[in-house]
Amino acid sequence: MGKYITKRILLVFLTLFIITTMCFVLVKLLPLPAVREMGKDINLILAKREKLGYNKPIMVQYYLFLKSIITEWDWGVGEQMYEGLGVWDVMMQKLPYTVLVNLYSILIAIPLGLAFGIYAALKKNKWQDHLISTLVMVFISVPSYVYAFLIQYIFCFQLNWFPLQLASLSEAGSLFSWRMFYTMIPAIMSLAFGVIAGLTRYTRAELSEVLTGDYMLLARTKGLTKAQAISRHALRNAMVVILPMIIGTFIDILGGSLIIEKIFGIPGVGNLYVGSINVRDYNFFMALSVFYTAIGLMSTLVNDISYGLIDPRIRMGSKK
Amino acid sequence: MKDQNLPVIPAEQFTFVKKEEKIHDEKIQTKAIGYFGDAWLRFVRNKSAVVAFALIIILVIFAVVVPFLSHYDTTFRSGYYQTVLPKNELIAPLGFWDGGKRETDNQDSYNYLRSIGVETGRDIIMKEYRSYVDANGITYHDIRVDTYLKVGFAYVNLTAEQYQELLEYQDRTGIQVCYPFAKTYNTDFLQGNLGANYWYKLINESRTTKGEPQLDENGNFIPNYLTTDNKTRGDYTSSMRVAGDDGGANGDSWYVYAMKNQTGYRVRVDYYEYFRYQEGQTPCFLFGTNTYGQDIFSCLASGARLSFLLAISVSLINFTIGAIYGAIAGYYGGAVDMVMERISDVLSSVPFMVVATLFQLHLAKQVGPLLSLLFAFVLTGWIGMAYRVRMQFYRFKGQEYVLAARTLGASDRRLIFKHIFPNSLGTIITGSVLAIPGVIFSESMLSYLGIINLETSNMTSIGTMLANGQVVLSTFPHVILFPALFISILEISFNLFGNGLRDAFNPSLRGADS
Repeated sequence: MGKYITKRILLVFLTLFIITTMCFVLVKLLPLPAVREMGKDINLILAKREKLGYNKPIMVQYYLFLKSIITEWDWGVGEQMYEGLGVWDVMMQKLPYTVLVNLYSILIAIPLGLAFGIYAALKKNKWQDHLISTLVMVFISVPSYVYAFLIQYIFCFQLNWFPLQLASLSEAGSLFSWRMFYTMIPAIMSLAFGVIAGLTRYTRAELSEVLTGDYMLLARTKGLTKAQAISRHALRNAMVVILPMIIGTFIDILGGSLIIEKIFGIPGVGNLYVGSINVRDYNFFMALSVFYTAIGLMSTLVNDISYGLIDPRIRMGSKK
Repeated sequence: MKDQNLPVIPAEQFTFVKKEEKIHDEKIQTKAIGYFGDAWLRFVRNKSAVVAFALIIILVIFAVVVPFLSHYDTTFRSGYYQTVLPKNELIAPLGFWDGGKRETDNQDSYNYLRSIGVETGRDIIMKEYRSYVDANGITYHDIRVDTYLKVGFAYVNLTAEQYQELLEYQDRTGIQVCYPFAKTYNTDFLQGNLGANYWYKLINESRTTKGEPQLDENGNFIPNYLTTDNKTRGDYTSSMRVAGDDGGANGDSWYVYAMKNQTGYRVRVDYYEYFRYQEGQTPCFLFGTNTYGQDIFSCLASGARLSFLLAISVSLINFTIGAIYGAIAGYYGGAVDMVMERISDVLSSVPFMVVATLFQLHLAKQVGPLLSLLFAFVLTGWIGMAYRVRMQFYRFKGQEYVLAARTLGASDRRLIFKHIFPNSLGTIITGSVLAIPGVIFSESMLSYLGIINLETSNMTSIGTMLANGQVVLSTFPHVILFPALFISILEISFNLFGNGLRDAFNPSLRGADS
């Protein structure tokens, strides 16, 4: 197992390196936008550019780029937005919003998704199952922004339950205050629908497969009640597949949802990313691209590894 | 032998059974059902998938046919009919889908709307739910207003020829388009187009007026038309005149219907009729118009066509690349498979947003945004397909019939395309169909976020329409409703259809989710 994990982690770093290289070269091939006149910041930006060798060959620039990241964890400074501020610092300042909104939505979605999924699997092919399955189909298919519009229109405009914009940090006191949570509710709801539907479908499929297993019959034969058999045998086995998925989802929340952040004006990394593309700030673009790639890779990695850790029957190191 | 004990039967007593017929097994009466026939039988039994398929067909027809049939196209922009509500002339008499919008107005706004109705003779206020006086003593009217008629009058500048044509049109059809000018008030309030609608006397005629009308004892408006003694002013030769204007028959003053300016004439027109004169039909937009005054119905069809075109092209290209790549990786296995797998692993780890953005930044100028988006979809999109094909190849390549074919000397190519590939066709087709909603969603998301801009003079995309509608979500939800509804129905249909196909091609997977 240890060998397998090491191999996978090395592979992740290799993949990340290749993608970063491709991204860097492609970005550097683009014409470098001129620095806008912004007084004192301009000297800082120009000094940074000089340090990263912006007029040297691309491979030299890449070396300097990697060197400054590895030695100083320096991802450059904002040139077209957040002028003069460190890219990494701005990202870290935005990340809590993204994480928080997604974390809340997942914390709400997981119990609901599991409950609906288990219920549907237990009532398989009865009307409750059909109802849940139909709803799941609808909620999985309909794009998340459509719920976002609906929620915004109904709850923010018609009923006036929630404010349109997120409370600012000074207004809410802290990120974890009730006020902040309250203003995040529309975004949380929009995000949760999709996760609930996905998890319900997954749980239902896994559990209904497990329920038909021979050991379930054996469990009943040896005298367990249906509830005992389900909770001790079926759920445990279904969880082997469901849990890695949930763990993977937790990693994914770092990435957040670009479109939901845009609709509800959440100052998270998604908005930062879209902004960096619109104003052509390549330092932010580069850093965020690497960030998103890393999250994607981590999510897959954790998903794969947790299979093996959760279920000792799976010996993933031995054969693929 | 004991044969002698048997009764002796003379040879002539024997007859041949079926002497004339050939003896063989009964011939198979029904036609053999092939792979696709079998899948088809299963598919049609799945009601929801059939309905979804029908919906997709309808949406495709909508996207293809509407741009040809619709009177408006995406280049049409009405400066006056912006964010008007959906109206269907067939259904309008029933009281919904009639371009009406419920609103609450104070007395002045109410009179303003009423005056347009009085002058044109059309019911601009469709229904009055109630009127009430609030705590401050201000009267409010809760009414349903026709958003088309609300535009009322407008000043338009015409050349001499256009003006003559308009007058001829009036006389030919008997429809009054030109209305007399009102005496202008020198006020801040009545600047611009709003001024064209104040044809009645106001209580306060100074600069500070808020447009409160002066009513006669019956509550009617008192016309305040501009008159002149000079008959030639404006050269109004049409016989269509407003009530109360005798055309100077009694030799006194004339109403002024047009004013000469440097380029021709300035005319005050009833915009509803003027629109009809220009476009050949009364203003009526099935899905309403957006903030630019574009017909949402036509734009939606145009955006849908773009989405379909993109999604189907992407799906076909991915189908081809994925099938070939997956076939090679799966068939040869070993080192080839490992190298190919690593390549696709790296590619699939690049977030799609990054790919789309980089392609957009690099290629959009050379090949256009649409084609660069297509490349972005293709770059990573084929991997899922290749993975599925590879799995199928692993499943089939060791089977006996393949071994038999190989023993008989079949080449690799023949084994791949003749013996194994047809077995994975069902999976591939299902995968291709299920990829389509993803492409449509991503395209709409990217254009919504403004990362790609697919909008040109004669093309629009669903995402752009959504972004346009979100700005006015609180006041004009219909602008966003139709694109959102369209994409929701499309996504549901494609998913149901894809699942139906999967069940049909691969009944053992029924109900499982991949």
